[in-house]
Amino acid sequence: MWVVPEIPPALYLMLSGVLFTMGVIGALTRRNAIVVFMCIELMLNAVNLSFVTFSYFLQSLDGVIFAFFVMAVAAAEAAVGLAIFVMIYRSRETINLDEINLLKW
Amino acid sequence: MAENIGTIFQWLIFLGMAFLSVLASFLVITRKNPIHSALFLVLTLLSVAVLYLLLYSQFIAIIQVVVYAGAIVMLIVFVIMLLDLEVELRSKLKIVYSKVIGGFLAILFLFGILYAVVAKSPTGKVGPYTPDKVSTNVKAVGEVLFTQYLFPFEIISILLVAAIIGAVILSKKRT
Repeated sequence: MWVVPEIPPALYLMLSGVLFTMGVIGALTRRNAIVVFMCIELMLNAVNLSFVTFSYFLQSLDGVIFAFFVMAVAAAEAAVGLAIFVMIYRSRETINLDEINLLKW
Repeated sequence: MAENIGTIFQWLIFLGMAFLSVLASFLVITRKNPIHSALFLVLTLLSVAVLYLLLYSQFIAIIQVVVYAGAIVMLIVFVIMLLDLEVELRSKLKIVYSKVIGGFLAILFLFGILYAVVAKSPTGKVGPYTPDKVSTNVKAVGEVLFTQYLFPFEIISILLVAAIIGAVILSKKRT
């Protein structure tokens, strides 16, 4: 009888790579700071997916714990990053990344 | 036969959610209105949460929905509504050489990842947590988290406190 194969880990990892690349392209091409921030979240999420995939296919829970830590760091980053955006908007009236160039060489 | 049907359904869910997440992430990076981007980001995160369920990680799937789709995106939408972004909406999307080069390099990087994934299947030390053993996934995660990873867990709590204090101090009005 013909048996359907299990989903191979390579497919999950490919999907993770595609999502990560979407995040990279967005972060490089968009100029709105909040959209760039969302693209960074997208990248973190793609990395989490590959962590959990490895965790499942190697039958170890370390990957799940690492994904949990990544989420905690992302939450901390969101709180501080969005506070910084609000501060920048208060002083510069814009959050366009091309116009925030005080530290640019 | 029954197993076959289960695997077919797994494939269907996987392909559907993979397509949905890629489509939604494409919409995240192409929509002009940041609110639309944020809502499509929620869609991406939810479809990835379904993939976590497919990988037998119920704990991380629930955390994904609660923390990412619930808390972080809610915060993002809140800040978008606080800021007045009308000027950004009216400005045209300019094609700059640096963006084209950056996108090209990112796609090159994607091909690097795909080659690395296809060339060699993942190997490593296989642990004791077989799928039937993690049917009570939350319990297993809790046990590992509070024994082997207790110290990093405490460090994470300090990081979160630092983030809270940092956000409060940043948003305080200068006197």
